Amino acid sequence: MKGYILRRLGYSLVSLFLLSVTIFLFVRVTGDPAVLLVEPGASKDDLEMIRQQFGLDQPLPVQYGSFITSLLRGDFGQSFYYRTPVLELYLSRLPHSLLLAGAAMVFSLVVGIPTGIIAAVRVNRWWDSVGKIFALLGLSMPSFWVGLLMILFFSVYLGWLPSSGSGTLLHLVMPAIALGWVFAAAHMRLTRSSMLEVLGSEYVKLARLKGLPEALVISKHAFKNALIPVLTLAGINLVIMVNVAVVVETVFAWPGVGRLLYEGIAFRDFPVVQATVLLGGAMIVIVNLLVDILYAVIDPRIRY
Amino acid sequence: MNDSRSATLTLAWRLAAFRTEGFPVIPTAIIVTVALVAIFADALAPYNPELGTLGDRFRPPAWQAGGSEKYLLGTDHLGRDVLSRLIFGARVSMIVGFTAVIVAGFIGTVLGIISGYLGRWVDQVIMRLTDTWLALPALTFAIFLAAIVGPSVNNIIIILAAVYWTRYARVIRGEVLSVKERDFVRLAVVAGCSKWTIMRRHILPNVVNSAIVLGTLQLGVVIITEAALSFLGVGVPPPQPAWGLMLADGKKGLMAGYWWLTVLPGSCIMLMVLSANLLGDWLRVKFDPQLRQL
Amino acid sequence: MSGPLLEVRNLSTHYVSARGTRVTRAVDDVTLTLEAGATLGIVGESGSGKTTLALSLLRVLPPAGRIVSGEISFEGEDLLRKSNAEMRRIRGKRIAMILQDPMASLNPLFTVGDQVAEPIRVHDGASRRSAWSRAQELLKAVRIAAPETRVREYPHQLSGGMRQRIVGAIAISCEPRLLIADEPTTSLDLTIQAQYLNLLRDLQRAHHLALIFITHNLGIVAKMCDQVAVMYGGRLVESGPVARIYNAPAHPYTRALLESIPRLGDSRTRLTAIDGQPPDPAALPGGCAFHPRCPKVMDRCRAEAPPEFSVANAHTSRCWLSG
Repeated sequence: MKGYILRRLGYSLVSLFLLSVTIFLFVRVTGDPAVLLVEPGASKDDLEMIRQQFGLDQPLPVQYGSFITSLLRGDFGQSFYYRTPVLELYLSRLPHSLLLAGAAMVFSLVVGIPTGIIAAVRVNRWWDSVGKIFALLGLSMPSFWVGLLMILFFSVYLGWLPSSGSGTLLHLVMPAIALGWVFAAAHMRLTRSSMLEVLGSEYVKLARLKGLPEALVISKHAFKNALIPVLTLAGINLVIMVNVAVVVETVFAWPGVGRLLYEGIAFRDFPVVQATVLLGGAMIVIVNLLVDILYAVIDPRIRY
Repeated sequence: MNDSRSATLTLAWRLAAFRTEGFPVIPTAIIVTVALVAIFADALAPYNPELGTLGDRFRPPAWQAGGSEKYLLGTDHLGRDVLSRLIFGARVSMIVGFTAVIVAGFIGTVLGIISGYLGRWVDQVIMRLTDTWLALPALTFAIFLAAIVGPSVNNIIIILAAVYWTRYARVIRGEVLSVKERDFVRLAVVAGCSKWTIMRRHILPNVVNSAIVLGTLQLGVVIITEAALSFLGVGVPPPQPAWGLMLADGKKGLMAGYWWLTVLPGSCIMLMVLSANLLGDWLRVKFDPQLRQL
Repeated sequence: MSGPLLEVRNLSTHYVSARGTRVTRAVDDVTLTLEAGATLGIVGESGSGKTTLALSLLRVLPPAGRIVSGEISFEGEDLLRKSNAEMRRIRGKRIAMILQDPMASLNPLFTVGDQVAEPIRVHDGASRRSAWSRAQELLKAVRIAAPETRVREYPHQLSGGMRQRIVGAIAISCEPRLLIADEPTTSLDLTIQAQYLNLLRDLQRAHHLALIFITHNLGIVAKMCDQVAVMYGGRLVESGPVARIYNAPAHPYTRALLESIPRLGDSRTRLTAIDGQPPDPAALPGGCAFHPRCPKVMDRCRAEAPPEFSVANAHTSRCWLSG
């Protein structure tokens, strides 16, 4: 088990390394990085100064060395627009993102798991078809469009919910649903297939042979086993939600990390864009690692 | 003459055999219609999609009070005809969607075959890279690239291909691992075929089905991502008409309740993506039941 | 009670494909009788319908399975006329079953004690504590050392032999009258097999259980059973007392099966396997299902399925040669 964790740790470090190399190279290969790193509207002298400051005339490996050491020191550069270190900005926005992602996750699980179970228990019947349509719609409607439709309906026509901003629970409702919508469909699909697999297992057959009521067979023996892959996926999806929330946060002016990324694009604030992508990717690599380790600790059946 | 006749007969027979049960007729019809609309956009659109009449701003669709026959689906904040913009938007969606899927599919399939067939360190390098790129959230990654290279239709295609090739590489590599153990590949090795020939002549035809299925399923994802990028202002540059861009513009009339600017472009995106997903699901079950796991 | 414990008459179970176009006759017109406390061995190749027969008795068929005709009389009651709720109170309480694969038949997420205590709590309404202490006794009864610590363990912590003994403990937990064991030792090591068979036999004596033993191993039948029923292609081709069938088999299939048992000191280098493939249950040959492989096949066998002939007292055979 120690070997397994060390190997997974090694893979994750390689992934983080490749991630930084990818970002680093893309910035430099696709044009003059100085143009990106300098504030919009800067003069020729400013460009030259940036080239000196970042050592852009040095060979690539040297540049990468200084790039990675400043990252490791937590220095992601200064925001042009806010005039503060990017990392600080990012961390100040992160709690809002986590709140939104958490609410979206609750929504997606509350909708996805029960419908998935009903679809599996009533496989190939009416409910299953409804579930399939729901899943297809979920995967086919862009989250920002769902958000816009909700604003149109609930804010403009009905006037029930605030159309943008944050602060109260009501502000959270629509962004959470818009963001959780796609994931609800994904969680429903996985719950259904996982439940179907478990329902066909020998231990569920034995549970029926024991004479347990069907409700107990499903709620106790099948449900718990079927839930494991769903919760694993949900753990990873939580981080992905933080990162794909950019469109939803833009629609609802929610002050999270995604909104920061949007501002980075809108104000041509490149350090912000670069840091958001780097930190988002790093977060996903690390959560994948944690989930794998947690799995190994919780479930001793896993062979390494 | 006989020959050509029998050739058409076989073709007809094959088409007839292909159109078997459960074929998603409506989704295919929708995709074909959108493609035709995209091709003949110049003839179909009643107005220039990029020029508006400022006096005719925010006109509702014809059937609503205040609407006119002039603008069947209303106008936007610059007085541009929504119908014309939807029609030309179809062109952008189709070009971006199909080209990006094909380019991504090509890169991913080639790398997947090389990785799976050559194995060893080549496999390690390609798969580590694939894992890393898969770890990057697709949308964030695309935004990052768009921020570097700037908005244009060509750049969008390159960006989407760069982001989405990894899924093909993963799946195709897995397929290759099983195909390369099959007898005909071993025979080819014994017969002295070069590695390159084996990959091209023996492996590729056996994984191309999976690539097509994946491509169809990815079409929807790619179209949504393009719309999201355009919506955020790093995709198709204005004033070009693209559905995602129209949604971004639609926000200007949202609070006033100008529903057509939000509902119509979004419905186009949804119909296109839904059709691609339905067709992809059908192809997946048909061609490659093992892919059900994906 | 006067009559036999279990009487199955003309039972047929079919699998119907999703669109109802293909019908597989998994169990076809099976009749058998079992006295209280007796042991019946059901023998056959895989796909012969043994397991479907067993699952039909408990009415726990896969979704595609349908009992289409027949009668199952258990302790004088027709099980096919019971409601689902009544049937549920019979399963695990009066008829219990042991499944083939001990690795898969325990739920990985619950403790052994919980799973053994479960039927006691459901059927006898026992409190958690009394069910739990009963579970410990049961583990002792199936000869598991240190039951007080084992009850708290999870299935993956136990060996295959131990898990199968726990499945046995679950089966006897509510003192059933009939125990159906579906190839319970197939996946165990040889030495553990022998131990397990002894355990089953001791449990049977101690609780006066009737036992239906499903296997493809005739050696085990000889050791364990009083009666034997041979299945082929969903039908019962021969049945009778073990000693009679072993000494004077009437059906050519039974004879071939007996010849294929390896014996100690056997000088033959190869087993005499039966020629040909076991039939596809979804596409059985017409007439007598065994005719393509039968060494004594006649024209009549191809055209007409033989009825059940009585060869001797309690010994029947479905072969034209027995008529």
